[in-house]
Amino acid sequence: MIRVQREDFDIGRELEALTTGNRSVGGVCAFVGLVRDIAGDQAIRAMTLEHYPAMTEKALAQIEAEAKARWPLEATLVIHRYGRLEPGDRIVLVATASAHRQAAFEACHFLIDWLKTKAPFWKLEDTADGAQWVDARAADGAAAARWLDPKAPAAPGKAAE
Amino acid sequence: MKILYFAWLRERVGTGAEEVAPPTTVATVGQLVDWLKARGGGHARALADPSLVRVAVNQEYVTLNHPVQPGDEIAFFPPVTGG
Repeated sequence: MIRVQREDFDIGRELEALTTGNRSVGGVCAFVGLVRDIAGDQAIRAMTLEHYPAMTEKALAQIEAEAKARWPLEATLVIHRYGRLEPGDRIVLVATASAHRQAAFEACHFLIDWLKTKAPFWKLEDTADGAQWVDARAADGAAAARWLDPKAPAAPGKAAE
Repeated sequence: MKILYFAWLRERVGTGAEEVAPPTTVATVGQLVDWLKARGGGHARALADPSLVRVAVNQEYVTLNHPVQPGDEIAFFPPVTGG
């Protein structure tokens, strides 16, 4: 399931709902992204997340479909917020449920890595020097590209089961 | 066709959305970029460095040789930074 929303979310409630009624699930893995109070050496007062509404859900659904094609998943959830957020606020929740932990761990890692380089969101940080758009990090591209290599140790989840 | 700009590209262009009607010789994304840059001003500044610009046609990532046609929604934006 994909949700793009301004509002906060309740992690416990979301994880509970993800597996309610499904006794095939043996493990749930979750990643929660938060707003840091510092970027480089600059204090962050707030952050505004802009996105491309018509494309965001489409892109996230494609990423989710790719995860489901690669791993035996019982359920997936991606919630991504937009709008103005402050340090400590939750930005994103990625959760995966599977019969076994390996698929849940790997698919969760894959989802957040690909989301960071493919979903059309942009962060504008509010600092003492004014508002600054966050630059994409080369490390994020490398983290996402790792999942393109079929020989990467973590990627072939289905075969490794 | 409808053109959308996001993040700092939107700020440099000075608008988030515009309708344009380029000549029929503009058949690809790359030709559209050149045509928009030729308008000068904010467009030229926003699109100056192609390595910093990502393009989506009808909400799908494409490269500069992708075709464009009337009725398309074409979005220009910097590398994404969500998550």
